[in-house]
Amino acid sequence: MDGAGQITTARDAGVVGCRRCARVWPMGQAACGRCGTPLVSRDVGALGRVWAWWTAGIIAYVPANLYPMLETRTLVHSSSDTIVGGAFELIKYGNVGIAVIILVASVGIPLAKFFAIAYLALSVKRRARLTREKRQRLYEVVEYIGRWSMIDVFVVALLSALVQLNLLATIKPGPAALAFALSVMFTMLSAQSFDSRMIWDLRDSDKT
Amino acid sequence: MDTPLEDLIACPHCDALYAAPRVKDGERAICERCHTVLARPRVQAGMTVIALALTAAILLVAAVFSPFLSISLAGIDHEASIIDTAFTFSGPLLVLSLLVVGFIVVLPLTRLLLTLYVMIPIVRGRAPATHAKTAFKWAETLRPWSMAEVFVIGCAVALVKVADLATLSFGPAFWMFFILVVVVLIHDAWLCRWTVWTALDR
Repeated sequence: MDGAGQITTARDAGVVGCRRCARVWPMGQAACGRCGTPLVSRDVGALGRVWAWWTAGIIAYVPANLYPMLETRTLVHSSSDTIVGGAFELIKYGNVGIAVIILVASVGIPLAKFFAIAYLALSVKRRARLTREKRQRLYEVVEYIGRWSMIDVFVVALLSALVQLNLLATIKPGPAALAFALSVMFTMLSAQSFDSRMIWDLRDSDKT
Repeated sequence: MDTPLEDLIACPHCDALYAAPRVKDGERAICERCHTVLARPRVQAGMTVIALALTAAILLVAAVFSPFLSISLAGIDHEASIIDTAFTFSGPLLVLSLLVVGFIVVLPLTRLLLTLYVMIPIVRGRAPATHAKTAFKWAETLRPWSMAEVFVIGCAVALVKVADLATLSFGPAFWMFFILVVVVLIHDAWLCRWTVWTALDR
């Protein structure tokens, strides 16, 4: 099942394609003459950058879960909730639907992104169970979904700006909000550093 | 290779090499193996992109200063504009404020203005503006970091989250932002990078 087997790549033809503007240049030229982006046939050093940002993302994700995201104070009670703690609180009061959305968006998706990026980075060098098409699709999903994790940070910002009702109720952002924002940014940078052309270099059938 | 290099196109996602497609108006050139859209030129695209970018920029500036959400609880009302939202955090969390303003206002606006700067001379048939290539490169780099649409969804989530605490309602800026998101999506769909880069190459 390798229907694209007859495709010539720029590297096969002895030329380099610009990753930004798709213009083709002779192998060995340092930068694209049209848009100025540095040219590399396969960005091998990119894997180092992928792992560096990936590690930074994981490190920032730890305090994002340990510290409170929101500090709520009303007349009757005050609470400071971590992401997971807040979700369980919602379940306790019967809001299972919202709790599930929060758990998926703030825990499920970030963890899935870490796994997906690690899998893609590892799979360019060894035998992969997923076909190249599927891994390309996975990469596109990770790139697309990255920015959406920022929802949580925006919700915290909105609620804190809005719920300032003196004694009745106030909401303040907790330190986890910044950690979470940084984690999302680092993960986006990690995904952007990945050179997806490397997915295609080993034919699925070539792998042993 | 006998084909001159400027007549080739390499897929930026999978490196497949093609003879630069002569794509007709309204058609799309798609990479055979990874299905990335390589080019999708349309005759009226230039004018459309300019009109949409201008609309989006005006909406963005107008939305920044109008109330976004309002809350009422036991007779006390409070409104928040985007600027209020962004400057909620103080102290160490000020970094977070700056990130939020950046993602929802500064970066989207910069991207729209750069696009206008690049597109206007091209569409009028003039020589590309000075540093137009650098400008377009930055406009493309900013694309994933412009998060207006994420913010709009964030508003909807916030509304649900405090529904049992107080009554929330959307202000005019929310609807401006909502239209803005739609306009930016259409703008992105009309903008053909290959066509723009080719035009800048002349």
